[in-house]
Amino acid sequence: MNSQANRRIASAALIIGFFVMWEVICLAFGIKDIVLPRPTQIIYTLVDRFPAIWPHAVQTLYETLVAFAFGIVLGVALGVLVGSSRLAYDVTYPLLIGFSSIPKVAVVPIFVLWFGAGTVPAILTAITLSFFPIVVNVATGLATTEPELEDVMKAMKATKLDILFNVGLPRTMPYFFASLKVAVTQAFVGTVIAETVASNRGIGNLMMIASSSFDVPLVFAGLLILAVLGVGLYVIFSLIEVRVTGWARRNDEFALG
Amino acid sequence: MSLAAVAIGPAPGPSTSSRSGAFVELENVTHTYGQGERKVHALTETSLRIEKGDFVALVGPSGCGKSTILKLVTGLINASTGYVFVAGRQVGAEPVRVGMAFQNPTLLPWLTLLDNVMLPLKIVPPYRQQYRKKRRGEFRDKVEALLAQVGLAGFSNKYPWQLSGGMMQRASLCRSLIHEPQLLMLDEPFGALDQFTREELWSVMQELWTTHRPTVLLVTHDLKEAAFLANRICVMAARPGRIIDDSVVPFPRPRTVSMTYEPDFVSLTHKLREFIVHAQPPKIAPVTAAAGAPQ
Repeated sequence: MNSQANRRIASAALIIGFFVMWEVICLAFGIKDIVLPRPTQIIYTLVDRFPAIWPHAVQTLYETLVAFAFGIVLGVALGVLVGSSRLAYDVTYPLLIGFSSIPKVAVVPIFVLWFGAGTVPAILTAITLSFFPIVVNVATGLATTEPELEDVMKAMKATKLDILFNVGLPRTMPYFFASLKVAVTQAFVGTVIAETVASNRGIGNLMMIASSSFDVPLVFAGLLILAVLGVGLYVIFSLIEVRVTGWARRNDEFALG
Repeated sequence: MSLAAVAIGPAPGPSTSSRSGAFVELENVTHTYGQGERKVHALTETSLRIEKGDFVALVGPSGCGKSTILKLVTGLINASTGYVFVAGRQVGAEPVRVGMAFQNPTLLPWLTLLDNVMLPLKIVPPYRQQYRKKRRGEFRDKVEALLAQVGLAGFSNKYPWQLSGGMMQRASLCRSLIHEPQLLMLDEPFGALDQFTREELWSVMQELWTTHRPTVLLVTHDLKEAAFLANRICVMAARPGRIIDDSVVPFPRPRTVSMTYEPDFVSLTHKLREFIVHAQPPKIAPVTAAAGAPQ
């Protein structure tokens, strides 16, 4: 009963310890803040220049969430297609893998060419990065559905759509949520890459400008914001995951409803 | 698809509906799994008729095509040659409600027992059309009543993984019966249970059959189970799969587990066993002797 509390305290202590070590090492070796700023400096910068930073943060979050939403729709649709049809699997999979192997930095200029610099290329880049893990996991989940469970439905003369909605998709949920956690962090990466290359707003743009003027604490402040936003979204999806897929973990809290 | 077209198109299709009215009918059915070199003849020319409301058991060693017959009648697989009719129509086209229970409970782990058992009501017409309206009222009561009948009252909000194997199997039986199927297929549903649970569920099954009177086709390798439950037992042999004996079980109902130790009952199961043992294709002598000894 107390073991869970102990675990939480231990992990919190470790995380705090990491930052304390960072601070101590910077002080002890006299590392300049232009090389590696101390955590306290980063937080000071963050608070001090918050009014200048927060519109960028909002922009990045907005782009990421929009891209993530589209990524989920696209990913699930493609995943269902790939996972339920042998032909679609054979045709789509090589294309998908080829496409996902392309470095997304290389794609940003093309999007800029088509849509101009700003929000649209950032969203598109984030979509291209985030939909792939969703496709793979949804397809895997559907393709590995136990034939016995499908037989149960077929014996009732269920339609393919009945089977998809009553067996295929629910069974795929644990896979889907596992992929969401990867996809949401990937969406951030995509947004920031595009902002760095072609945008005048967003955390990526802020960090690029800051680094070109050797404002290293501001660069790190940008990184910190990205990390916090990423962790925040990750936590949100983990919580939803526990609610939706507790059956897969045989979670007693889930069972209590 | 092509099979259905062949059967319905030319002469044999329509004429079958005027047949003597057997509820399930297999006519010269064969089934082969695989293709070319790796072809396996699961079933050679087999004909079988089951009357409406009857309880028929298929017994035999593994690989004799018991489950193949079940799958053919359910439409899960198509016959390689020959015809399968249910209620006088080509299988798949018949407007008959079918229930099926498998050796594994195959409950959906993300649904409570209530929702699992209610699944057929969500899928199978005519319940399907009323599902949204009645699932919290009439259907719920129906499921609860059936769960209570198999001794699962009060468990409807549990998830399958919170129950024992025997309880899951009971729920699985409920799921195969909730939509009041005219045709019930049981594929070794008690095979994975301990003896006491199994015997208890035989009685439950017998009671369910007497109340709902579906046509039942039970596949099992347990001769005692077949003799306890069925009105008729078809003995099958393997390689190639075929029916070698078809006998009626004369014991009155309701049957009890203690009846299974009476001389008549034992001699019936013994007779069935002899059929199966002697029907084994000849193998190399010492292997047969060694393998046969522990049984």
